[in-house]
Amino acid sequence: MKFVTCPSLGRRALSEFNYGGRLEREPDQETVSEKEWADYVFYHNGAPKTQIEWWYHRPTGIWFLFERNTLTDRITKVDFANKGISNEA
Amino acid sequence: MPLRLVKYAWKKSEDEPRFFPDEKPLKKAYDVVIIGGGGHGMACAYYLAKEHGITNVAVLEQGYIGGGNTGRNTTIVRSNYLTSEGVKFYDESLKLFEDLSDDFDLNIFYSTRGHFTLAHTDSAMRTMRWRAEVNKHHGIDSEVVDVDTIKKEVPYMDMSCNGQHPVMGALYHAPGSVARHDAVAWGYARGAQMRGVEIHQKTRVTDIKTKGGKVVGVETDRGFIEAKKVVSMVAGSTPRITEMLDIETPIEIFPLQACVTEPVKPFMDTIVVSGSLHVYVSQSSRGELVMGASVDPAELHSTRSTLDFVEGLTDQMMDLFPFTSRLKIMRQWAGMSDITPDFAPIMGKTDVEGFYLDAGWGTWGFKATPVSGKTMAYTVANDMPHELIKPFSLDRYSKFELVGEKGAASVGH
Ligand SMILES: Cc1cc2nc3c(=O)[nH]c(=O)nc-3n(C[C@H](O)[C@H](O)[C@H](O)COP(=O)(O)OP(=O)(O)OC[C@H]3O[C@@H](n4cnc5c(N)ncnc54)[C@H](O)[C@@H]3O)c2cc1C
Repeated sequence: MKFVTCPSLGRRALSEFNYGGRLEREPDQETVSEKEWADYVFYHNGAPKTQIEWWYHRPTGIWFLFERNTLTDRITKVDFANKGISNEA
Repeated sequence: MPLRLVKYAWKKSEDEPRFFPDEKPLKKAYDVVIIGGGGHGMACAYYLAKEHGITNVAVLEQGYIGGGNTGRNTTIVRSNYLTSEGVKFYDESLKLFEDLSDDFDLNIFYSTRGHFTLAHTDSAMRTMRWRAEVNKHHGIDSEVVDVDTIKKEVPYMDMSCNGQHPVMGALYHAPGSVARHDAVAWGYARGAQMRGVEIHQKTRVTDIKTKGGKVVGVETDRGFIEAKKVVSMVAGSTPRITEMLDIETPIEIFPLQACVTEPVKPFMDTIVVSGSLHVYVSQSSRGELVMGASVDPAELHSTRSTLDFVEGLTDQMMDLFPFTSRLKIMRQWAGMSDITPDFAPIMGKTDVEGFYLDAGWGTWGFKATPVSGKTMAYTVANDMPHELIKPFSLDRYSKFELVGEKGAASVGH
């Protein structure tokens, strides 16, 4: 089983979390073009990389942001998701 | 039945020649390079040679033939999909599958079993009726059946699911089948090779070269090869190939796991799928129960196995088939599935001239092996998408024209 150490919660089993997808900057809804919106929703470079992701801790209802590598599955950073980026979270 | 089998029945010795001759050195240039020696790559090479007379073709495979998802899948073949586009496409594949053993003169162990998709809720029953109507409209043998019919056909199943999620009915698809996955890849590979195609195993494509927006060749770990046309048929490695050309796609890679139990006496000749419980099972000709579930919870480019998977799967499986608690799991493994947002493939031309994509096969692409090979061969030969794959173009997402196969493919295989 995989474990992850979180602020406040300490060491928790990864199976207590739900994956919520990667964190991405959402285009401004007022000015976004159709193409930009489609690019944001659908198109991306899906090759292996380190990315920031949403993870939801079910028992406490807390959202976290994990920095994780999608090739090695290593989690290198864990933060509360209280900031997000710009207009997210 | 392949004639060879009959011949062998009368012969005392097995003087079968080597299946694949020793490999040759790479040539300097080919008309077509296919990246990926899975079922799709081999089928495409086969139909390029057989139907379009294009034989100056190399299939480059970084590992061994069929060692990707082709050799890791649970081999369910069916055509009872949810959308018209899907139904037409997969039905063509099923028809091709039925003749493959004869085409190849090789037994692919194609075994028609009948396929039950169980419904445990009212909303699942509604989807089943919807699918049955779409299927029947296209002449597919598909119907909603009641609990008594299921009981008769799958007598060992606990219809109450341990009292947790009683089965209310099912979508039944009589043509649902299983086949020997490696044999499909080998049959296509041998057929292609006999017609002049070169297959190079242990040859990895490391870059794709273009000039003025046109493909000119591929870089490999055995040197550069010129090619006018390059076809990517690499399933779980697709994002690493498209990255070479800065092509963005909606594909995300998720591991998909499966396992088999120890062999037991034949007792189940049907395929049973439960979308609500996220599990499916069939019994192989060796007696093993072949079992799978939905994809792993998070994006990952890896074929590692986990205990979480077996725990989750067996928990559900024991509700359906209580006696399986006494069986041992023999093997488990994983493949990398290339998932798209609408659970439909991405096929056809791209913005880069001479570069063709066959991907987005996720958890459902084995059954499409013959038809993708055939339609991609057409597309490459004519530089024009085949009619059947037009709905699956890469740019459909930018037009918000998704195919909407969800529900039929996420765990249904
Ligand atoms: C556990 C599991 C169960 C499944 N069950 C079913 C099922 O029941 N029914 C169904 O229809 N589908 C199922 N699928 C999906 C199905 O297996 C795949 O969609 C299908 O096999 C894809 O075939 P392919 O030939 O496109 O890819 P693959 O068989 O994966 O072949 C791609 C090949 O490309 C090679 N490659 C990658 N990168 C490079 C490179 N740079 N250079 C050279 N070669 C490269 C790889 O080594 C690989 O051999 C399942 C998948 C899995 C993992």
